[in-house]
Amino acid sequence: MSWIDFFRGKRKEPASAAAAKERLQIVLAHERIGRTREDFLPKLQQELVAVVARYVAIDPGKVNVNLDRGGDMSTLAIEIELPAPAAMRVAAQAR
Amino acid sequence: MAQVVVVTSGKGGVGKTTSSAAFATGLAQRGKKTVVIDFDVGLRNLDLIMGVERRVVFDIVNVIQGEARLNQALIRDKRVETLSILPASQTRDKDALTKEGVQKIIEELAKEFDYILCDSPAGIEKGALLALYFADQAIVVTNPEVSSVRDSDRILGVLQSRSKRAEEKRDPVKEHLLVTRFDPARVERGEMLKLEDIQEILSIPLLGVIPESESVLRASNTGTPVIMDGESNAGQAYADAVARFLGEEKPHRFLEPERKGLFKRLFGGRAA
Repeated sequence: MSWIDFFRGKRKEPASAAAAKERLQIVLAHERIGRTREDFLPKLQQELVAVVARYVAIDPGKVNVNLDRGGDMSTLAIEIELPAPAAMRVAAQAR
Repeated sequence: MAQVVVVTSGKGGVGKTTSSAAFATGLAQRGKKTVVIDFDVGLRNLDLIMGVERRVVFDIVNVIQGEARLNQALIRDKRVETLSILPASQTRDKDALTKEGVQKIIEELAKEFDYILCDSPAGIEKGALLALYFADQAIVVTNPEVSSVRDSDRILGVLQSRSKRAEEKRDPVKEHLLVTRFDPARVERGEMLKLEDIQEILSIPLLGVIPESESVLRASNTGTPVIMDGESNAGQAYADAVARFLGEEKPHRFLEPERKGLFKRLFGGRAA
């Protein structure tokens, strides 16, 4: 920044270092937990899909797991596409 | 036909991940369906540079080991629709990667994407070898500095002997030189290797020159690939390089030091 900016009173866009610190704090907090514990997400997903599959014929490829890690709270969204009712009936009869 | 492009250098810290993120974003911005894979298992960082670190659920090792489907591990970028990221695993080591596993992933990605960028880890160990093995093209990232140029030469040798194309004696991997952290003022003062010197030593075609720029750190701080900073020299230089990669003619820019007149010296800031 040159000295003239001081007189211009020009505020630059917020310094990016603060964003860097916040992002690091969040990602590291999660990674440090992960170091002491086995990653449970693959297993969680498998078990959830198995439970749902007991009731509905689902395509394991149509299971989407979305995660948003936050500082105070994280969200885990598991989206399972259920087949159309007709397909479900066929699957039930086949059993 | 999908193109597999490795971004490699041998040496660490020269800008492979920054360049991978910029290139992948640039190709996607131009409508190419692009996926960028982080091969640095154990030390993943592409997710941070791309700003998707909070959304990583599964990674390349989960896919190789059958714990997740490829589609579930791909992170779709929210800024550029045609861009996806496949993160590396943070908890395993590089031995979790296998040639067969990587091949299956690349074959599956090739059905959906136009460009598959492989962000190589530093070194010439397993991770780096697997990153380059399937490559059709290579972007060799080099700093104007002796150890970087030497390591680039070494990695060029590896590309020419240990890639799949080399093993199968097909057309060689197409090589591109990308010089990063270039500081024209220091070149002029004779403190830094000249561009012609680097080209003479490595003798591969020059794809682009990215000037040393404050915008690169700013971009990594915020998790925004620097190519999205269209005002910065580095962002523009990456955009030019992407255009050249796609076959356009673009003159090289930012090769001369910025001439600062008295006015600019007093009133201007530093390089964007």
